[in-house]
Amino acid sequence: MSDLTRLTAAELAATIAAGDVSAVEVAQAHLDRIAAVDERVHAFLHVDTEGALAAARDVDTRRAAGEELGPLAGVPIAVKDVLATKGVPTTAASRILEGWRPPYDATIVERLRAAGTVMLGKTNMDEFAMGSSTEYSAYGATNNPWDLGRIPGGSGGGSAAAIAAYEAPLAIGTDTGGSIRQPGAVTGTVGAKPTYGGTSRYGLIAFSSSLDTPGPCARNVQDAALLHSVIAGHDPRDSTSIPQAVPDVVAAARLGANGDLTGVKVGLVSEFNGEGAEPGVMAAFRDAVEALTKLGAEVVEISCPHFQYALPAYYLIAPSEASSNLARFDGVRFGLRTGDDGKHSLEEVMSLTREAGFGPEVKRRIILGTYALSSGYYDAYYGQAQKVRTLITRDFTSAFEQVDVLVSPTTPFVAFPFGSRTSDPYQMYLADLFTIPTNLYGGPAISVPCGLSEGLPVGLQIMAPTMADDRMYRVAAALESTVGVLTPPAL
Amino acid sequence: MAAISREEVAHLARLSRLAVTEQELDVFAGQLDVILQSVARIGDVAATDIPPTSHSVPLTNVFRDDVVVPGLSQEGALSGAPDAEDGRFRVPRILDEEA
Amino acid sequence: MTTTVLPPYDDVVARYEPVIGLETHVELGTKTKMFCGCPTEFGAEPNTQVCPVCLGLPGALPVPNRAAIEATIRIGLALNCSIAEWCRFARKNYFYPDMPKNFQTSQYDEPLCVDGYLDVEVDGEMVRVEIERVHLEEDTGKTLHVGGATGRIHGATESLVDYNRAGIPLVEIVTKPIPGTGAKAPLVARAYVTELRDVIRSLNVSDVRMEQGSMRCDVNTSLTPAGQTEWGTRTETKNVNSLRSVERAVRAEMIRQASLLDVGTRIFQETRHFQEDTGDTRAGRSKEEATDYRYFPEPDLVPMAPDAAWVAELKAALPEAPRLHRKRLQEQWDLTDQDMQSVVNAGAVELIEATIAAGATAAGARKWWLGELARRANEEGIELSTVGATPAQVAELQQLVDEGKLNDKLARAVLEGVVAGEGSPREIMTARGLEVVSDTGALTAAVDDAIAANPDVAAKIRDGKVAAAGALVGAVMKTTRGQADAKTVRELILSRLGVEG
Repeated sequence: MSDLTRLTAAELAATIAAGDVSAVEVAQAHLDRIAAVDERVHAFLHVDTEGALAAARDVDTRRAAGEELGPLAGVPIAVKDVLATKGVPTTAASRILEGWRPPYDATIVERLRAAGTVMLGKTNMDEFAMGSSTEYSAYGATNNPWDLGRIPGGSGGGSAAAIAAYEAPLAIGTDTGGSIRQPGAVTGTVGAKPTYGGTSRYGLIAFSSSLDTPGPCARNVQDAALLHSVIAGHDPRDSTSIPQAVPDVVAAARLGANGDLTGVKVGLVSEFNGEGAEPGVMAAFRDAVEALTKLGAEVVEISCPHFQYALPAYYLIAPSEASSNLARFDGVRFGLRTGDDGKHSLEEVMSLTREAGFGPEVKRRIILGTYALSSGYYDAYYGQAQKVRTLITRDFTSAFEQVDVLVSPTTPFVAFPFGSRTSDPYQMYLADLFTIPTNLYGGPAISVPCGLSEGLPVGLQIMAPTMADDRMYRVAAALESTVGVLTPPAL
Repeated sequence: MAAISREEVAHLARLSRLAVTEQELDVFAGQLDVILQSVARIGDVAATDIPPTSHSVPLTNVFRDDVVVPGLSQEGALSGAPDAEDGRFRVPRILDEEA
Repeated sequence: MTTTVLPPYDDVVARYEPVIGLETHVELGTKTKMFCGCPTEFGAEPNTQVCPVCLGLPGALPVPNRAAIEATIRIGLALNCSIAEWCRFARKNYFYPDMPKNFQTSQYDEPLCVDGYLDVEVDGEMVRVEIERVHLEEDTGKTLHVGGATGRIHGATESLVDYNRAGIPLVEIVTKPIPGTGAKAPLVARAYVTELRDVIRSLNVSDVRMEQGSMRCDVNTSLTPAGQTEWGTRTETKNVNSLRSVERAVRAEMIRQASLLDVGTRIFQETRHFQEDTGDTRAGRSKEEATDYRYFPEPDLVPMAPDAAWVAELKAALPEAPRLHRKRLQEQWDLTDQDMQSVVNAGAVELIEATIAAGATAAGARKWWLGELARRANEEGIELSTVGATPAQVAELQQLVDEGKLNDKLARAVLEGVVAGEGSPREIMTARGLEVVSDTGALTAAVDDAIAANPDVAAKIRDGKVAAAGALVGAVMKTTRGQADAKTVRELILSRLGVEG
């Protein structure tokens, strides 16, 4: 057998189903790979060796008993550490949750278990998903497998790096402002943010409730679609979950892989014409658009005049919601408690706990959000941001009356060196310039590798109307059919 | 002119139950000022008559039936607690609200 | 506390016009909590009715209880409110350990029900109390303070939190300011809360028991000096936990504010706490910074848009308003306005109704509830409904009287046993041997004994002085320890002596 860690998820599932290899062997191969490279990559915060092998054994037993297995049965997966996993440490990369073992599973984790996937462990991220580099993880950054001196994107850098480094074929990420797509772009992998409400948030430790969206990370479009189809769908435990059938993303990816985009209208956002983006990124992007044209797509320019206000709107809405969502971390019911020495009152202990447990970016956003919601500022900041959200949604709606999908670079720059943007938080925020509008609108978007700049991966973002997730998979798969899958240098 | 003062940041930190250090206050005040100056651009958008969007999903009336669902045991509930006593979560003394 | 000479109430209302307002919280009696499927029964072991949602564990999400929303709309309709066509939940952000998420999911500027009213009767006069809003929110957990003198927060060294109550649906009913009630303000406040309680009870959506905390009241009070038009600064009095306390709290706060205004001291807008023992109000700790709850629409929940047809259906199915219901009962029970008012004042309407339903006559039921039991409730300063007797027991008691098994005196003794929790009237009668001696053999023997022991009296009776029989009746009653029917005894004496009564 060739190196099992190089196979796609679809290939692994087929091989296991055929009995050519056991799920335990597949799990062990990936655990070995983690043991070999993760010291350098640091994609994982927790590796659940026993849990993974037990889940793999279960798949093998069920297969031996003749049970019909799901499309991803036995396929290893890495889960971003922001999703609750019963009995398995869940920290959101924060000190404040160090050692917390949730008494319940997130809906997505339940679905992954039910589908027979084998959870290898929990991946690193920026603390509470706030960041674009994993440098804000309380447990140290993840290193980009393409260049260990550079960031893997964020917040879900651990999930993206794990698949880029062949530690797992699949991973779960969450995307609030680009946290699946931007790491996908800078690690040369595929990352999809489904329609908001298309994937359950139950058990996802909330950053910004109206924006957070769990989604798939994979090395190719087909695998991403397979994972998407397993985790998506209505969840009665999430009030914002959409009670509709999930579009057939797997069929759409298969259709796109034919490389024919005849009849597909692609819109270029004129406001994202390169301002603030690296020339190398823009060059790779233009080449990819050219490739789409060659595949038969009709490309037109579309103006979305309010997209330029997406970043400020986002940095008011997301911190506001976060300031409230993170209030529960107070050292009373779970997690860290600091200063309970008999001398301090509860109020002081709460403040000391939160001071010790939260990192600087989390504190900044809590303070920013508290400010934006304050009575004297609400209308000017939070209220105004919500109105701008309406305008951005209208931009999308009118754009999708003219085109099937919109495209842009996923992120303005390739993976940057560690430390280059941490001193000025706003410079870090710019990494999400192109990804944020979709989050405010609620529609789906995917990042797919479209080439290299300075030897580092560049991603193309495809945005689609809400509940038309299938469209972006078709275009992504078509692009992938000409660009190909990117392979990082050997570690 | 600064968008936010050091004193305001200190007040917000208290409101958010963050025992920030003096040094953090210095750093945060400067950084938050930069961020606020940047996001203040949002005020340029003429949006007086625009309805706000709080949810991107066009759903209403998502309700649950009034049916009991098994929850956690007392042990399960207290399993993550930093401190527990007599089946309850123990916390240090609370500054009194009553006279 | 500083000792101020408090002005007499009559002086206060002569010089000031009170404006009151009430905020009432009612815990709904749904089977499950507001946003999760945890049970809501009172009195369970701590932290056994909890789940990730109501414990506020990271990642857990709320889903609203349809029954709670329906109950709130029904309350709104019963209070003549308009029901919002579209509204949202909002987060009220503040840190407190009994609130698992450190925000309360509530409603802010978009309540479910607005602009209603409730008519209440005070001393035969109708007062219309305007309702500003009725909204839905979630209750907090309960905190036990350890190490302090009396379980109070003050002086405690630590606290213990139980989240069983956290997340139980709570309806808040807020009145508009109520001006112009003058000296009757305390009575109006009490009458309003009483009427509100009756309305909610008639809807069968809550047990509305103030002593168990399923109905809680905050009272706003301000005074305007006579002749002025601008209302004075109001205070909010919390911890008002009985109907009687509502009245006392308003009165106490009016007197306190007058004593300050009299000497030119201004009133601070503040939260005060009613003291059940002394009947006065005390200031809470003044917060170092004004609270800013930073309300914003709850992003984990989608808007509510009650369907007009559904609301119309709920409206059509509302029960008769308690006030109209009482009118009807008054006719059925054949009571004067004054008699009915005393039934209402005693809080006995539903108790009498239930007692009649259990088989008693209207007169019989009224007699016990307004007599012996009302006297006891009054003495102990408790609600009549909590006095310790149930309508079924009172009906049984009356039945025993009607059957001649108990006389009035014995029935009182049995009732004492009922209130003491000794069992049903019949059980107590048997256990304590309180039954009327009706066995004629035993009674005849007692009569014969009495005749033999009082030959002089017997002779007088034989001579036609029938009135002298009273002495022998007394003697028989004494030997039977009151367990005989005096009338029967008298008849028996006369017949044994061969005299026609």
